[in-house]
Amino acid sequence: MNCGLPTFGVQRSTCLRLATTFCMLVFALLQGCAAVPYPNKQDPLESFNRGVFSFNDGLDRIVLKPVATGYQQVTPHWFRTGVGNFFGNLEDVWSAVNTGLQLRALETGDNLGRVMLNTSIGLLGVVDVASTLNVERHPANFGLTLARWGVKPGPYLVLPLLGSTTLRDAAGLPIDVKGNLVNGIGDPSTRDALSLLNIVDSRASFLRAGDVVDDAALDKYSFFRDAFLQRRRNLVYDGDPPDEEAESVP
Amino acid sequence: MKRDFFRKGLMIASAVFALFLVPAAYAQDEAPDALVKRLSVDVLDTLRSDKAIRAGDLAKVIALVDARIMPHVNFQRMTASAVGPAWRQATPEQQKRLEEEFKILLVRTYAGALAQVTDQTIVMKPQRSSAEDKEVLVRTEIKNGANPIQLDYRLEKTPGQGAGWRIYNLNVLGVWLVETYRSQFAQEINAKGIDGLINTLAERNKANSKKA
Repeated sequence: MNCGLPTFGVQRSTCLRLATTFCMLVFALLQGCAAVPYPNKQDPLESFNRGVFSFNDGLDRIVLKPVATGYQQVTPHWFRTGVGNFFGNLEDVWSAVNTGLQLRALETGDNLGRVMLNTSIGLLGVVDVASTLNVERHPANFGLTLARWGVKPGPYLVLPLLGSTTLRDAAGLPIDVKGNLVNGIGDPSTRDALSLLNIVDSRASFLRAGDVVDDAALDKYSFFRDAFLQRRRNLVYDGDPPDEEAESVP
Repeated sequence: MKRDFFRKGLMIASAVFALFLVPAAYAQDEAPDALVKRLSVDVLDTLRSDKAIRAGDLAKVIALVDARIMPHVNFQRMTASAVGPAWRQATPEQQKRLEEEFKILLVRTYAGALAQVTDQTIVMKPQRSSAEDKEVLVRTEIKNGANPIQLDYRLEKTPGQGAGWRIYNLNVLGVWLVETYRSQFAQEINAKGIDGLINTLAERNKANSKKA
């Protein structure tokens, strides 16, 4: 649901630091707001976003991607599946809360059913029993809940470390951080270790997809932006968005 | 009673007549969702069973895509739509080059993903189109463990006899292929013109083929 950097597994202290970095970057942007040659109407902050994007991309290249690659080489496949399932189960809890807040009964039932099955029979989420039984996952976070009640996405935004988002989803982020069960763990070192594992494991699962994007994109920034905005819109309409406009046939 | 008999006879006669008159039309009467299903099952089966593909032979995947999928794709429309208004200003020669390079880019980059297919199966989602529609949306899902992958296609009815339905756009998880390239192409064209875009595509393809 996010391309590259995971949005959910972020701890509180990191968030505070992020907010500071973010403010500084906004300030820097206001100082020297370079106009982009061909503005996109969904992306009025393009010049700022591009700056943050290349910062994230650089950081990913030197730190996160090598770490994730190493992690993938030293861990067996079943281990990564288990880790992914475990954090997926925690995310399902938050998804269930949000589909509930959106008053979507069927999806909430599915999400709750998944959590109950996977937490019990699935040994705290490590085994994804629910998927074997065809109980579907309906990912949702607070940004999508806001969308459901009519909040428009606002401009596209690239946040330091967190990557692609929109103004609406960024506004929902503090709530999502609170809803992340990993952040509820009292012991800071356990919490940090789990958050780190989540980030590295998620990145490892995107290694192949990332390589495809590197080959397929002429401009990685536009590729990510246009894919992200479509993906988000698709999630808001649960996989069946109305046609935006009649397709222009040249 | 007699009239009913007559009507039945007329119906049978016209059915037989139609069969003889348009034998070629039979295959093309295939509905768009049936076409997508047949193609998907066919391609998934081949991907699973072919030993060379399993061993990572990209050339074979590309050959498979060319032979089975491309005849059912209106790639000219896909390219034109991704290029946008500038398409009309391009010469026929430029249009041909754009089409070729864009096709190589897509087939090469996504062939790797296709080679990873193992035990996925396809599920058709309910269709909403009516029989008179000239353009339809076919919605499918690739079942693959935890998260089913949404895969939708837009198809157009080709005017004239014998061409059937052709795909002109597709989306993965809600992300339409053509739309994802539109602003990237526009950027290149605005900065360097149509030839600039052709060169960028060609260079990228050369770089990608060296990596593989």
